[in-house]
Amino acid sequence: MILGKSGRNKLLGLISLFVFCSALASSAAPKSDGGSEGHGAVTSESEINEYILHHIKDAHDFHLFSYNDAEGHRKHIGFPLPVIVYSSKGLRTFMSSEFHHDDSGHHVVESDGVSLVKYHEKIYELNEGAHAVEFDEAHHPTNAHTVLDLSITKSVFGFLLVSILMLIAFGRLAKQYKKQAVPTGFGRVLEPLILYVRDEIARPNIGEKHYRRFTGFLMTVFFFIWTSNLLGLTPLGFNITGQLAVTFTLALFTYIITQFSGTKDYWKHIFWMPGVPVPMKIILAPIELLGTLTKPFSLMIRLFANISAGHIVVMSLISIAIIMKSTLGAAGATLLSLALSFFLTLIELLVAFLQAYIFTMLSALFIGMAVEEHDHH
Amino acid sequence: MEQLLNDFSPGLFIMQSVLMLAVIFLMVKFAWKPIISALDEREEGIKNALEAAEKAKQEMESISSSNEKLFNQAREDRDAMLKEAREMKAKMIAEAAANAEAEAAKIIASAKEAIEVEKKEALAEIKAEVAQLSISVAEKLLKEELSDAKKDASFVNGLLGEVNLK
Amino acid sequence: MTIPNLVGAGLIVIGAGIGLGNIGGSAMEGIARQPEATNKIQTAMIIIAALLEGLAFGALFLGK
Repeated sequence: MILGKSGRNKLLGLISLFVFCSALASSAAPKSDGGSEGHGAVTSESEINEYILHHIKDAHDFHLFSYNDAEGHRKHIGFPLPVIVYSSKGLRTFMSSEFHHDDSGHHVVESDGVSLVKYHEKIYELNEGAHAVEFDEAHHPTNAHTVLDLSITKSVFGFLLVSILMLIAFGRLAKQYKKQAVPTGFGRVLEPLILYVRDEIARPNIGEKHYRRFTGFLMTVFFFIWTSNLLGLTPLGFNITGQLAVTFTLALFTYIITQFSGTKDYWKHIFWMPGVPVPMKIILAPIELLGTLTKPFSLMIRLFANISAGHIVVMSLISIAIIMKSTLGAAGATLLSLALSFFLTLIELLVAFLQAYIFTMLSALFIGMAVEEHDHH
Repeated sequence: MEQLLNDFSPGLFIMQSVLMLAVIFLMVKFAWKPIISALDEREEGIKNALEAAEKAKQEMESISSSNEKLFNQAREDRDAMLKEAREMKAKMIAEAAANAEAEAAKIIASAKEAIEVEKKEALAEIKAEVAQLSISVAEKLLKEELSDAKKDASFVNGLLGEVNLK
Repeated sequence: MTIPNLVGAGLIVIGAGIGLGNIGGSAMEGIARQPEATNKIQTAMIIIAALLEGLAFGALFLGK
């Protein structure tokens, strides 16, 4: 640590600014799609709907905002992210800028003999001999199939960002403890949170004897969900915890940890419930077994639905400014949408914490149920 | 449900799982383990310090209580000694008084005895004297009778007047 | 979204609303009776509300 605290912060700021500027420079130039989509700004109700649904989904490039330049070309500001797909002919990597902001499947990217198109943020590989994607009535591509998409999408990028933030913040806190018993600066904010997770979530739900083994997982999950939720409220447009795959992963981790730390008693309570007659035992076994699956399923759906719903409602309220412009006038509509979305964002701040808390809390509860020793039987 | 499944991206799931594992590992290694152990250490330290303070307090209390005890003991001793001294004084005075009284009685008794003895001696002496006188009177009388019978009566009267001093 | 879907969603929301109302009301009553147990009651309330919420969301998304 040669640099002082402020010096380091300035350095970080400079690095991020540099990355940001270079990204802007690299993306601004080639990205004027020649009106292939045909529309510029989002104005009508159906367009807003589509825009919101598009935002909820994961994306292959980091899009900040768009505008029409003097010649009427649509300009997109943002930066591309790497696309990594596992196609029928092996791994293919390229930058997402190759798609030229096309999301309708019209722009075909040729990469080493593989033709790839992007349609509704999904990457399809065209079948042999096909040169353009064709759709059936339900808008499913007929002559293309999906590929395993391991791209650094916006959500993965966001996850990396959150991870780096967490590693820096908590790593610094850990380093501080080596020198002094009481942290200073930002560590003072983080320490009560750590104590909160440990003393209010892990310890009472798992029990004094076992909670230590699981604090690492619980804390990582808690801070990851919370930071991701908060990041989703910024105008950067992340929707990490609103991705089903992400919440599925989190719930899967809880499920695996719960099952693998289950004691003999836990399994006995599932397959041969003590204290009930034999026919009941036989009926209860499949119900209990299903119960082990519904618990993480509800964890997954809850987080996904809450965050998605929050994003949809906030964006809908923001779009009031566009929809009500004709009836309330530009200023009135903007004011109304600003006031409503301001208060909803406050609620979303609470929800961001609450969902992280509930996910961690219920995970701890399920783990606690699995490691509990029933000595009263 | 169909849309839900359609939105689910297996690629994102794989990426997320791999990254999540890595992040949990890194966070446990570089953040949670040192932080938790530091917190535990600190809590242990605080607990020990509190216990030590409690112990010191108890010790202080026991010391002050033993001081109090010693003080009380000393006061009791002093009181007992004073009481004893007072008693001794009273006893000594009483004894002395009794002694003096007995001595006085004894002196008086011996004085009385001496007086009695003197008196008896004096009486005996007087008796002897009287006897002597009587004899001598009788002698003289006998002699006178032989010489002057007339003078007899006056002589005896004179003698008797002499004897009447007793 | 078709009409049956919407009706189903409405039913789910009504059910969840009644459930949440009951949970919240009972929790308030409990807190009023035993203010010293506020923390425990709140935790239990949040957990049960979360379970109910998970159920409701699950049903909503299954019907979507």
